[in-house]
Amino acid sequence: MAQTGMIDSKSTDTNLSMDGAIRRIRIVTAVGLVLAWEVIATLGTVGVLYNDVVPHIWAIVYAIYEELVSAGFYRDLGITFAEHIVGFIVGSIIAIFVGIWMGTSPLVRGALEPYLNAIGSTPKIIFLPILFLMFGTGIESKMAKGAMSAFFPVVFTTTLGMVLINPVLIRVGKSFNLNKWQMVSKIYMPAMVNPVITGLRLGMAITVIGVLVAELKFADGGLGYRLGIYYEQFRIAPMYAIILIIFAIAAAANVGMTRLQDRVNRHMAPSTSKGKKTTASGGLGVAPTN
Amino acid sequence: MSKLHKMPIVVGLIGLVACALLLEFAVDVGWVMQLVVPRPSDTILAFPEVQEDMDLFGNFFVTLGMTAGATLLALVIGVPFGYFLWRNSQYGVAYEGWLAAAFAAPTVLLYPLFLVIFGRSHATLIAMGFIPGAIPIIIQTRQGLLGVSRTLLNVGRSFNVSDREMFWKIQLPSAVPTIFTGIRIGVMYTLVNIVAIEYLIDFGGLGRIVSEMYFRFDTPGTYASIIAVVFVSVFFYWGFGRIEKWLRPV
Repeated sequence: MAQTGMIDSKSTDTNLSMDGAIRRIRIVTAVGLVLAWEVIATLGTVGVLYNDVVPHIWAIVYAIYEELVSAGFYRDLGITFAEHIVGFIVGSIIAIFVGIWMGTSPLVRGALEPYLNAIGSTPKIIFLPILFLMFGTGIESKMAKGAMSAFFPVVFTTTLGMVLINPVLIRVGKSFNLNKWQMVSKIYMPAMVNPVITGLRLGMAITVIGVLVAELKFADGGLGYRLGIYYEQFRIAPMYAIILIIFAIAAAANVGMTRLQDRVNRHMAPSTSKGKKTTASGGLGVAPTN
Repeated sequence: MSKLHKMPIVVGLIGLVACALLLEFAVDVGWVMQLVVPRPSDTILAFPEVQEDMDLFGNFFVTLGMTAGATLLALVIGVPFGYFLWRNSQYGVAYEGWLAAAFAAPTVLLYPLFLVIFGRSHATLIAMGFIPGAIPIIIQTRQGLLGVSRTLLNVGRSFNVSDREMFWKIQLPSAVPTIFTGIRIGVMYTLVNIVAIEYLIDFGGLGRIVSEMYFRFDTPGTYASIIAVVFVSVFFYWGFGRIEKWLRPV
């Protein structure tokens, strides 16, 4: 017993020293990066290297403050937010229906999968000209681009979720003579919540990128448009500021969705079939692109 | 009908042809504006024109070259860095979360910075392809080496092999499939980023053609060049998928 206690305290000590070392590495790396940045910025100021391209950190912090207190920033943020939300909701709803259809019908899955794989692995930005032709260069085309970006991760994970539902659950539902609606609400939906949320989390992140990139090409509002304008005007510090704000928003959205997923995981029992084989094709394993 | 059920790919092809015919008819009768969606037959006929006018194949090789250059750079930096993170586990754990965050970050938005530094040049394309390519290679190299089976390591130890031999004969070969998964993801993201930046800055290979065709209001040409990009992505995706299957037969 005493021996076990000694081993436990030893392993706790090792863990603590490991944690300390990891923290030190992170702090030293962060400080090193900041110092290197400042050295490059100073070299730029004295005209040795990349003049004005790398601004001082205080200049970037001040630019972030200026952005956050400017009314124009919130107008652009609102436009991007609207494009993102509409695109994300429309794309996700269509994807969930198509995913359920593909998941329940092997014929539909086999017929559609090659085409979805093909487009899923293609840079979606390349379809922007078609969206501009169809919806114009206003916010509608960005919403359509957002819907397109959201569609693929959600359709892949929904299909996978359907395919991997534990057949025992389906048999139980059938043995209780559940009708179609009861099967969907009592068996399919609870079993699919986790994969669908995973897809929604991915879709949300990809939609942000998709919308911003579309704004960078043609727009008259939005954070991507704002970034493009700063680039054209060679206003480097605000450019960094916008990029950092976008990264922070994207990270916050991702953390929010991850927490939602964790909460759902805690409430749901594992209900998918682990051993069931799915197609090895990337349709269900492809890395969807923006 | 039951025969068709066994051939979903044929059903998919029939569906595609039916959609194309329906679209051809819809454009012909004026239900769909030809300026927005061209006839599928016009799109097919536009391929030779785009090739003659814009050198589709030549530009495919430009994009391919940029992707290869960025991937090579990502490999040269990513694999040794992943190895370093595996050898020094504290660094591996310390940087693990940062790398995951960097992989999820919208790095494509950094392109104005590289435009400012390198100008509208191939260096910008390679730099923008390198960033999303290197991160999965680093992560998967470390994961691959961490995941080497304990049994294999014990077999090596029982043969009294040196550390060097252990790495080259046991650890590296068993990590190769996982490392290759990282390379496949890296190549796909590199290609996607390069085509996207080509399109955004009207420079380089296939992405530039799409942009130029749109600016000329050549709708069949725009659609043809977009289909060409889809084919290239599929080719990459399929090719690397085959190699990965070959490396990971079970």
